[in-house]
Amino acid sequence: MNPDFLDFEQPIAELEAKIRDLRYVGDDAEVNIQEEIQRLEDKCRSLTESIFAKLSPWQVAQMSRHPRRPYTLDYIPELFDEFEELHGDRAYGDDPAIVGGVARLDGRPVMLIGHQKGRQTRDKIHRNFGMPRPEGYRKALRLMEMAERFHLPVLTFIDTPGAYPGVGAEERGQSEAIARNLRVMARLDTPIIATVIGEGGSGGALAIGVGDATLMLQYSTYSVISPEGCASILWKSAEKASDAAEALGITSERLKELGLVDRIVPEPLGGAHRDPEAMSARLRTALLDTLVGLEGLDPRKRLDRRYRRLMDYGAFQEAAS
Amino acid sequence: MSWFEKLMPSRIRTDNATKRGVPEGLWVRCEGCDATLYRPEVERNLDVCPKCSHHRRMSARRRLETFLDSEGREEIAADIESSDVLKFRDSKKYKDRLIAAQKATGERDALVVMQGQLLGRPLVASAFDFRFMGGSMGSAVGERFVRGANRSLEKGIPLVCFSASGGARMQEALFSLLQMAKTSAVLARLQEERIPFISVMTDPTMGGVSASLAMLGDLNVAEPNALIGFAGPRVIQQTVRETLPEGFQRSEFLLEHGAIDMIVDRRDMRSRLASVLGMLTHGPAPGNVEDATGAAADEVDVIAADSSDEAADAPPPRS
Repeated sequence: MNPDFLDFEQPIAELEAKIRDLRYVGDDAEVNIQEEIQRLEDKCRSLTESIFAKLSPWQVAQMSRHPRRPYTLDYIPELFDEFEELHGDRAYGDDPAIVGGVARLDGRPVMLIGHQKGRQTRDKIHRNFGMPRPEGYRKALRLMEMAERFHLPVLTFIDTPGAYPGVGAEERGQSEAIARNLRVMARLDTPIIATVIGEGGSGGALAIGVGDATLMLQYSTYSVISPEGCASILWKSAEKASDAAEALGITSERLKELGLVDRIVPEPLGGAHRDPEAMSARLRTALLDTLVGLEGLDPRKRLDRRYRRLMDYGAFQEAAS
Repeated sequence: MSWFEKLMPSRIRTDNATKRGVPEGLWVRCEGCDATLYRPEVERNLDVCPKCSHHRRMSARRRLETFLDSEGREEIAADIESSDVLKFRDSKKYKDRLIAAQKATGERDALVVMQGQLLGRPLVASAFDFRFMGGSMGSAVGERFVRGANRSLEKGIPLVCFSASGGARMQEALFSLLQMAKTSAVLARLQEERIPFISVMTDPTMGGVSASLAMLGDLNVAEPNALIGFAGPRVIQQTVRETLPEGFQRSEFLLEHGAIDMIVDRRDMRSRLASVLGMLTHGPAPGNVEDATGAAADEVDVIAADSSDEAADAPPPRS
């Protein structure tokens, strides 16, 4: 088992290991094994294609939290020409599970706010596994209000299992912090583009996710509850996570069909982590496109449009009375 | 079992466990103090225990009918119901769960909205029904809330919401999550128009409802000892693996931590909210509160008169 690969990716991992071994041998062997390597590489590619052509929603959920998946701070140097990180909520502390700051995207200044997970154990703990506390949401709010003041569009990157369920978080008003962001983002007078780059975990995701456009990377997910959480409540068994993932419709494809997401940013073969550079290039194009579209709108119209979008969310009917 | 009971021969021993159950009907047991209470008396007391002031949960309709003046109530968006576009199915179909909840409660969904009057002044009030799938918020709840708020916007009259909810309705997946954004957005409009919104949190107000409309009141009010929070106590317990502080996530705890403005006894709700709303809207002082609650007081008298017929069944009046 290669821990850098998910269960369903193991056949790919094995092939790649074989190719690596051959290359190593190839250096000093007399036989020309270049052809063999080429053959295996082709095989690996078509294997990856066939595996990724039909991922189940549960497999996509696993992809969205892949141990090698790029996080907000991984995208920043690829996407932006400049970035200055800004810290703190000015009231209590600085939450490392949310990062933010001013950045330059293709020459234009923007405010970037995103969840941040850690890669190694110590870093994971420092970032609290990407689960923000109220001070994280309040920092985000402070930066959004600053963005409005200085006419900077807001770009948010969503990647969290959810807001942190802890004693201190409750004491400091986790609910209020999230709710306030929802209300302010509904009317913030500057373009807001939210992009789900990994896990879109419930209220903790939405708290930086309200805006003029919602983008999703192809293998990211967005849901009111994690498949495991839903399974343990409704099926009374966390084992049923794959059924829950299916029922919840958490994938970008399904959410686009339902009209809840505006644009899917396709990922490189095998997922964003297989080629972060290519992923960043596609994401940058998508962000710029969306931004240009929004900046073309009259500010008043843009806000009305955002408000109508929010009011249109819902699946209800008027019963015959 | 006490030493005295042990001394008694078993055939004259009575089983305490079976005695504790209270038959449905005229008598109810208080979850707060375990006292057996005469139901009409509890109802007269707005479902608050006359002995220990425990606030019992209340249905949405009863909540609005006891909160608003009896004159001129009009229900808003009564026809809105969920449409289950996802065809969600877990161990049961969501559609069947909805039908069962509708049968059990007589409501179409978990929120009831009315325009009415509070001590003679118009306002819109909505209330969650916890009996309807745990008061969970899906598309129908979100739409009804927004239509109520829109009525407030149109008429320039205050909005009050009594929440009682476990959070977002999982069976509506992302649609339900987005109701948090939708309801918060309409409250942003109320704020822009300077129309007061009072959020009254009742037991329990959790998850997506607490993290959206319920925490966004100009005034955040709570009933005594209501459970209010983002994450449920069990989830937190599993995460932190330590015992939770005494009174954690109860109204009194929230007041201490600055999350709410006040705790209001249900029996004072009408007069206290009317007073605050009067000041926020620069209306006249409610004047003689006895007079102003006349409508409600009359109703209570009528109930009292009815129940006097059953005096034989009633326990002795409390002193």
